[in-house]
Amino acid sequence: MSRFNEYQVIGRKQVTETDPNPTLYRMRIFAPNQVVAKSRFWYFLKQFRKVKKATGEIVSVNQIHEKKPTQVKTFGIWLRYDSRSGTHNMYKEYRELTRTEAVFACYQDMAARHRARFRSVQIIRVAEVATKDVRRPYISQLLTKGLKFPLAHRVYRHATKRHSSLFIAKRPATHA
Amino acid sequence: MTAPLVQVGRVVLVTYGPDAGKLATVVDIVDHNRVLVDGPTTGVKRQVLSFKRLSLTKIVLENIPRTIGSGALAKKVAAQDLEGKWNATARAQKLAQRTTRANLSDFGRFKVYLLRKKASAIKNKIAKSVKV
Repeated sequence: MSRFNEYQVIGRKQVTETDPNPTLYRMRIFAPNQVVAKSRFWYFLKQFRKVKKATGEIVSVNQIHEKKPTQVKTFGIWLRYDSRSGTHNMYKEYRELTRTEAVFACYQDMAARHRARFRSVQIIRVAEVATKDVRRPYISQLLTKGLKFPLAHRVYRHATKRHSSLFIAKRPATHA
Repeated sequence: MTAPLVQVGRVVLVTYGPDAGKLATVVDIVDHNRVLVDGPTTGVKRQVLSFKRLSLTKIVLENIPRTIGSGALAKKVAAQDLEGKWNATARAQKLAQRTTRANLSDFGRFKVYLLRKKASAIKNKIAKSVKV
């Protein structure tokens, strides 16, 4: 369901006479497919090291799967994004099942709140955060012990279009 | 009538999607819109569902620790007789009545029509006798 997959991309400079064993560089990239993953790998590596796609080679691309995809986790995401007037660092937290879903939520969130497109956002780090290290109140309020809450003012949606009607005889009930 | 609370152990009815009509238990709360739900005895795979696809029931299973495994949950569901409790609720009976009515033959619908006429006649008689 997630639009992203996590890939481990390993690349290095091309082998030359002076450098028969170049250092390997490994990155964990979130991308919709392997093609984009390799492209993003070069985009980032060019920023860190003196190597580009023309002078380097990809050694391997492997997909990384979530260890426990049915366990709800709190993810902290460190990112860097370009706004209209500058570039900023950010730290955001998300409650999701997998790293890729958290990153997807982050991109959607950045687009909604800051109008930042995929090209303007760089995910620096994604890490699972323990409950005691959560920094954001909108997440820590969901981590209280014995959490329970009612669903206030439920606006129901019909199960199928055929059941929906423009006019109804009585005001709808909004209790859960 | 206090509203049913979203809590670990709350039994929910899935109202939309491939598992529509099945019961499941809330195993963990993701955020204000979603819960991790599991129905090992009813065929609902462990998954995150939004409240938009669910309807909370009045049944809460006891002693369900957060993130309980599917096997352990199946045992607790059987021990606390979820199916029996559910079938006893008015809501479950109403849903069952809807399916039987939908599958009636013409003769069955005729019988329903006669019985409803009788019932409404009795109701009208009582209503007339009550002083406003």
